[in-house]
Amino acid sequence: MQQRAETGKDCLPFTTSATDRTEQTVGKPRTVDREKAITGDRIFKWMTTGFAFSILIILGLMLFQMAGESWPALKQFGWQFVTGRDWDAVQGHFGALPYLYGSVVSSVLALLLATPLSIGAAIFITEIAPKRLGSLIAPLVELLAAIPSVIYGLWGVLVMAPWLQSTVEPFLIERFGFLPFFQGAPYGVSMLAAVFILMIMVVPIITSITREVLLAVPQSQKEAAIALGATRWETIMMAVLPYGRSGIMGAAILGLGRAVGETMAVTMVIGNAPQISASLLSPAYTMPSVIANEFAEAVSKLHTAALMEIGLMLLVVTLIINALARLLIWGVTKDSSGGAA
Amino acid sequence: MNNKVQLDQVNIHFGKTHAVKNVSILFPENSVTAIIGPSGCGKSTLLRSINRMHDLFPSARVEGRILVDGSDIYDKGVDPVSIRRRVGMVFQKPNPFPAMSIYDNVIAGYKLNGRMVKSEADDIVETSLKRVALWEEVKDRLKTNAMNLSGGQQQRLCIARTIAVKPEVILMDEPASALDPISTLKIEELIEELKERYTIIIVTHNMQQAARVSDYTAFLYMGELVECGETKKIFTTPEQKQTEDYITGRFG
Amino acid sequence: MMRSVAWRNTKNHLMTALMLAATAAVLFPLLLIFVHIVKMGIDSLSVDFFTQIPKPTGEQGGGMANGMLGSLIMIGAASLVGLPIGIFGAIYLTEYGGSRMSAAIRFAADVLSGTPSIITGLVAYSLLVVPMKGFSAMAGAAALGMIMVPIVLRTTEEQLKMVPGTLREASLALGVPLWRTSLKVTLRSATSGVLTGILLAIARVAGETAPLLFTALGNQFWGKSLFAPMAAIPLQIFTFAISPYEDWHRLAWAGALVLVVVMFTLSLTARYFGRQKYRI
Repeated sequence: MQQRAETGKDCLPFTTSATDRTEQTVGKPRTVDREKAITGDRIFKWMTTGFAFSILIILGLMLFQMAGESWPALKQFGWQFVTGRDWDAVQGHFGALPYLYGSVVSSVLALLLATPLSIGAAIFITEIAPKRLGSLIAPLVELLAAIPSVIYGLWGVLVMAPWLQSTVEPFLIERFGFLPFFQGAPYGVSMLAAVFILMIMVVPIITSITREVLLAVPQSQKEAAIALGATRWETIMMAVLPYGRSGIMGAAILGLGRAVGETMAVTMVIGNAPQISASLLSPAYTMPSVIANEFAEAVSKLHTAALMEIGLMLLVVTLIINALARLLIWGVTKDSSGGAA
Repeated sequence: MNNKVQLDQVNIHFGKTHAVKNVSILFPENSVTAIIGPSGCGKSTLLRSINRMHDLFPSARVEGRILVDGSDIYDKGVDPVSIRRRVGMVFQKPNPFPAMSIYDNVIAGYKLNGRMVKSEADDIVETSLKRVALWEEVKDRLKTNAMNLSGGQQQRLCIARTIAVKPEVILMDEPASALDPISTLKIEELIEELKERYTIIIVTHNMQQAARVSDYTAFLYMGELVECGETKKIFTTPEQKQTEDYITGRFG
Repeated sequence: MMRSVAWRNTKNHLMTALMLAATAAVLFPLLLIFVHIVKMGIDSLSVDFFTQIPKPTGEQGGGMANGMLGSLIMIGAASLVGLPIGIFGAIYLTEYGGSRMSAAIRFAADVLSGTPSIITGLVAYSLLVVPMKGFSAMAGAAALGMIMVPIVLRTTEEQLKMVPGTLREASLALGVPLWRTSLKVTLRSATSGVLTGILLAIARVAGETAPLLFTALGNQFWGKSLFAPMAAIPLQIFTFAISPYEDWHRLAWAGALVLVVVMFTLSLTARYFGRQKYRI
């Protein structure tokens, strides 16, 4: 198709060059510069790589340390650790079932209450509210999400729990006392209090992530629905939610991870009684709470190891939950931003 | 005649894409060579290989030899940084450093490397700005922000910034494509003057511009060098059919 | 099946109202808590709060001066470790990223930031408290630092990615080495964004309690050194809140208000910086 010779020097019909060299800049020695720069870049790459990898090291160290520290308990109890209900530091019996139960029930119930509310709020902020109102609520929610959990706990134990005890729980006992969930005396500090406080705490998280996911829905998707004559609600159902489905699921799962790991607020309102009771009104206990309460005072090696093992379970569970959530959220937000990159 | 830059069977790959295919060209010293071709033909890719800008992309692979003053810039032990000091580059869109003053922009190449004597800096700024014919326009506001300049002035500032580090070769990647006609004309006049001191290689998709500013022209199509030679000849009696089609506007 | 337009519009309005109600339900408790903290906190704040350490049980008055100092010291120490790792890690991801390894690092950071903070406390305990045979502010700072790293890393990376590539190229084409370009052009251009990340990370750890429970432990008096137990505001709020004494509850509210004000200030400042465009 064109001339191209083996020498690779065929294309040089530049035979004349009238110009003579006016300035003798050719081949100036710059060796000093060169050596320094090469080492500089090499050190820089080394250093940043080291720092970046320390993230992986931290993660690995966490797993390694936790596994190592809980080894005595793992060895001694095996699966009984998960199925046993007996937690007695004096006798050296450690069964973590009540804590597992408390964690699962409180987190799942909180999530069931929080998710629909959060999705509703996120839809309102992104799709329904006037732009200005939406851009006021969104940062407000994020700001409130930044309130430390110990402050939620403070409010929970000093304000909410007494209110539950004097108002809500008597009402539930009177009206719904025939259900196993609402039996017993009103304590205030209870599983119910934990569920409420967790709900309040995870709502901002799920709301703001769902909002991000919804914002990532391409305008063209919505326009397609609108052009078909869909109402706003139908547009949301047809175009917005299906597109963001996996991302919203990721947001909810992330909320679950937060609820499972939430320590201070729950510890302050759940009553800290290692029992398994169907009633939401009775005190309960969760995995992070027992660590928070007992770890600093654990004397025996086995007690420490048992608490570490609870921590290890917590770590593994939250790692799985978070990994899952991130994959789901990345899937949605990546697709939409990918075009810009 | 002295060939300042020499490409010898250069192949450039991006991952699986073969962007530049077996290109060999000589660039004579103190001349302007234009690389033309339809967009996506690999002309920018080729240009950026001459000061090793591809080193920044792990997926890019450059094969063949690229010689500056007879030595291969891709040889082991050659520092890309020192190559870039000798082979400067001007980009498509003017990219002065925002929030740096005009003055600081001109000596940015030294400033970022962290050593500069004040009097020397003053000299360099004045000479460089004079060389790009910007001195008269900005000498009273050297300390003001460079972003306040017009697009054409910004581009001339960027050229000043490039020549301030005393390069031997200047690569220009469509330097006027983001500018208005008057600014474009100024840049073109500037190129004409600059070739007295530097070897200039300019990529452009504007054929009139190539015809106006360059001594030599190379036509690239689909990553391959179709034809190159003296600009006059390329634009009047091209040897290849494809070249003729392109310069007469029949494709691309 | 075609439903009538009237029904569809009614349904539209119905659902709109429902979404509005959900938003109200989300905001109401949050605002309630916020208002309560402000009210109780203002009632309880006094000069003593900022100058005194807690009085022994039963005595009136006292403050949280030791906790404030302790929080500052531990956050400072945590930043010394956490910020460089986060920032340089982010530079690695932007300059050399793109490989499978950087995807792993991003993923690890995201996963790590969702790990319960009490776990970092346990890890710091086993790494520092056990070998050093005692609770210490240093262990507390290490736990906080571990929490800061992923936050700073991810926000900084986001910011660095937003710096136009043309600036980097301009610098590199001038023969400025990559490392100088990274620090003097890319990182400097993103300064305000990076600052945002730092402030957010500080805001986050300022309120952390769980990781300090068995590392810094808390202290009723002034902390003596980094190698001794040290008080922190969140720890004090916890201890005082679950105590049965009215006077301590008041201190807890005051502490909560101070903490909230500090965090909101940090967040709002972060937002302000976050909105600025890149600069050099």
